[in-house]
Amino acid sequence: MVRDVEDVIIKTIARIMVPIMQVYSLYVYVHGHISPGGGFQGGCIMAASFILLAVAFNLGEAKRRLKEKAIAVFCSLGVFIYAWTGVVPLFFGGNFLDYSKWSHILPGGEVMARYYGMAFIELGVQIAVMAVMVSIFLDLVTAGRHEEVLGKDDDGFYSR
Amino acid sequence: MNRTVAFFVTMLTGLLLIYSTLDFPPWGSPNQPGSLHVSPRYIEKTLEETKVPNAVTSVLADYRGYDTMFETSVIFTAGVAVMMLLRRKKDG
Repeated sequence: MVRDVEDVIIKTIARIMVPIMQVYSLYVYVHGHISPGGGFQGGCIMAASFILLAVAFNLGEAKRRLKEKAIAVFCSLGVFIYAWTGVVPLFFGGNFLDYSKWSHILPGGEVMARYYGMAFIELGVQIAVMAVMVSIFLDLVTAGRHEEVLGKDDDGFYSR
Repeated sequence: MNRTVAFFVTMLTGLLLIYSTLDFPPWGSPNQPGSLHVSPRYIEKTLEETKVPNAVTSVLADYRGYDTMFETSVIFTAGVAVMMLLRRKKDG
């Protein structure tokens, strides 16, 4: 099912592309305020870099970089960050997701607090989208049988 | 038999949905409810109310922040649903 193709061109290009894609996804997230972009797009690009690793090398290579437990934690961590960005203003007498109340905790006044709040929720979206995309990809290509296809999870199993 | 029933139920639901769209205002009409008071308010008050330089970001993260939160939860739910449906234990 998971066949390792020895192709120098594909592997070299993938090795060069993956860090560029990850930096670009962080750029899309950070710059999402002003230009088109944000958490959803940045998360998808980040997930695509891991999927490229899995396609160009093998599934074990992608899972060695992003452990299965880490994926499960990141899935929930994204929604957790988003929800708590909304809940914290409630403690300072604001509405749900009223970012200006973050100025009680973070320095820089209300305008910067709004900036931080939106950066937090976009970070949550980015993490959740990235983890869910990778998780769905791994589940679909192995039909849910990660362990049978790849061997044990944590010892860095290679199929080559 | 079940497939025939399912086919007719699906067709009926689809036809009802298409029928309901006939009441919508024309595409891009300036007199539709969304264009009358919602869009102008977002365009005029974005910088004043949310201090965000980009109107799209202000709608996504501020005016419709609650909506975006549940979009994220929907993605999370999709991931968990795929895990529940497809993952097997080593023996099973």
